[in-house]
Amino acid sequence: MQEVIRVENLTKSYKDIVAVDNVNFSIEKGHCFGLLGPNGAGKTTTIEIMEGIIKATKGQVFYYGKAIDESMSQQIGIQFQHTALQDFLTVKETLNLFTSFYQHTVPHSDLIELCDLSEFLDRDNRLLSGGQRQRLLLALALINDPDIVFLDEPTTGLDPQARRNFWQLIKNIKARDKTVVLTTHYMDEAQQLCDDVLIMDHGQVIARGTPRQLLNQHFNEVFIYLPEEQVPAKLCQEHQWQINEHQVEITTADVEATIALLLAEKVSLTGLHVKSPNLDDLFLKLTGHSLRD
Amino acid sequence: MNFSRFYAVVKARNIEFFRDRSSLGWNLLFPILMLVGLSFVFSGDDRAVYKVGVIELAPKQSSFLATKFINFIDYQDIELAKVKLEQHSLDLLVDFKGEKYWVNQGSPNSYLVEKIFLNEHDNFKRLETQGKKIRYVDWVLPGILGMNMMFSCLFGVGYVIVRYRKNAVLKRLKATPLSALEFVSAQLVSRLFIVMFMTSVVYIGCNLFFDFYMLGSYFDLFIIAVLGAFSLITLGLLVASRSKSEELIGGLLNLTSWPMMLLSGVWFSLEGAPNAVKVFADFLPLTHLVAGARKIITEGATLMDISYHVAILVGMSMVFLALGAYLFSWNTER
Repeated sequence: MQEVIRVENLTKSYKDIVAVDNVNFSIEKGHCFGLLGPNGAGKTTTIEIMEGIIKATKGQVFYYGKAIDESMSQQIGIQFQHTALQDFLTVKETLNLFTSFYQHTVPHSDLIELCDLSEFLDRDNRLLSGGQRQRLLLALALINDPDIVFLDEPTTGLDPQARRNFWQLIKNIKARDKTVVLTTHYMDEAQQLCDDVLIMDHGQVIARGTPRQLLNQHFNEVFIYLPEEQVPAKLCQEHQWQINEHQVEITTADVEATIALLLAEKVSLTGLHVKSPNLDDLFLKLTGHSLRD
Repeated sequence: MNFSRFYAVVKARNIEFFRDRSSLGWNLLFPILMLVGLSFVFSGDDRAVYKVGVIELAPKQSSFLATKFINFIDYQDIELAKVKLEQHSLDLLVDFKGEKYWVNQGSPNSYLVEKIFLNEHDNFKRLETQGKKIRYVDWVLPGILGMNMMFSCLFGVGYVIVRYRKNAVLKRLKATPLSALEFVSAQLVSRLFIVMFMTSVVYIGCNLFFDFYMLGSYFDLFIIAVLGAFSLITLGLLVASRSKSEELIGGLLNLTSWPMMLLSGVWFSLEGAPNAVKVFADFLPLTHLVAGARKIITEGATLMDISYHVAILVGMSMVFLALGAYLFSWNTER
């Protein structure tokens, strides 16, 4: 696999705050690379340095082996976390405006189809819904047919259906052999979309790999949940089972043995559910706090 | 500099302005309301005295000079005095040495003062001139339009850039190949077009009702207006070059616009003002825009005659533009 981006010893400080602390990683062509972490972890700062929007205090970013420069803006596509569009322009006029900025662009008909814009092409930017706005911003990020697309928390604030629709769009982009760099604090999003993830906290990398690798590496157990009132407190203390939000959480590598134990203790299994660990659990295990904290 | 990128930003900004109906309406309505209001307020001729210009006025030249309720004003320049008579700023002009006097054929006041004058000097040679009366609304017109241009240039550019910076429109544009020079030039040209278009519409529209006084050339007036607008837009760009706060930019733009509104000769002439005020006013671009336009309108001055104001406006524009471009920041760092 060809290496598209390499980040070396990246550090960014704002006065006394170190937002990104000596981060190293590389991204392979055609991959969807996920930068995960809670708010304030340094994801946006890292991605904006990679986009050439802000300058690193130390370290470098290489694009196909070359240090990034201004010419890179012709070859990348960016969707920022918070961006307003010019008021009073329609979606079509906004596409025309951004088309004029680039030497090589994708035909509008392709973008309209790919990002599903046809319903609201003549609508004023101010009147777009959250999902429509994100689709237009994605179209703007793809307008120059970029090799790499940077998406900074693209589904934040969208309703569940709009999020799932947006995931499909990202899968379509991946299918066109584009490299996607995605920041998110939604773990289900990362597990659905990313081939490779890097988990950050307090500006540092705390884990790196494919979602499956990371979970296999750190967990060989599953979680069993039962309503608190069905499990005697003595049993919980004896086995050191945790109680969270009125649910007893049993961590076990042997589900059958645990179920047999519960039945032997005459615990009702009504409301029982079993869950495999996810990236949120991994983050909790690595840092001691949840991604959403 | 890529022209298609530049043109696309100019076009987008113009669309944004002309579709914002409330802002467009206010930009048209405000100067018209000011002109209509002022023309009503100053429509009555409430002067208690007549004004007589005297070439090389000296006491005891004539007992006419002792007439009550007449103001006698000394003039050394006969041509200037004749222009004042034509504009109805004087009711009669007398040259005692040459034993002649001028009346304005179209002025009732001139007719009345002549009757008084002839009681004493019926042997003087009578000369006639005529000219349309210059009203306060004619005099204040360049001030009102200049002030409106100033607000449109400063706030239209300053606020818009800071708003773009605050809500990350600038950040999004920075992520494209659009350069700062292309963006800033496009804002400048777009605003220049908007201001000149709006001012022309207001001037032409109001002229149908007010029949404004105009001695000079419309071309010269257009040029001084373009230079004035250009310098005010570059000042707006300079003020907005770095700020990300709409509250701060509001304060800075008020700090810039209020001295100009009060001291640039919009409402009253600075001729009698203290020297320090005149010197301060000379550093304000609106002073030169208003003074230049007023000379073209009321005195028939050419661009050569007002070359001082032209040169200062060009110089100020260059300084503001250079500083604004040097200090400009997309300011995307959080």
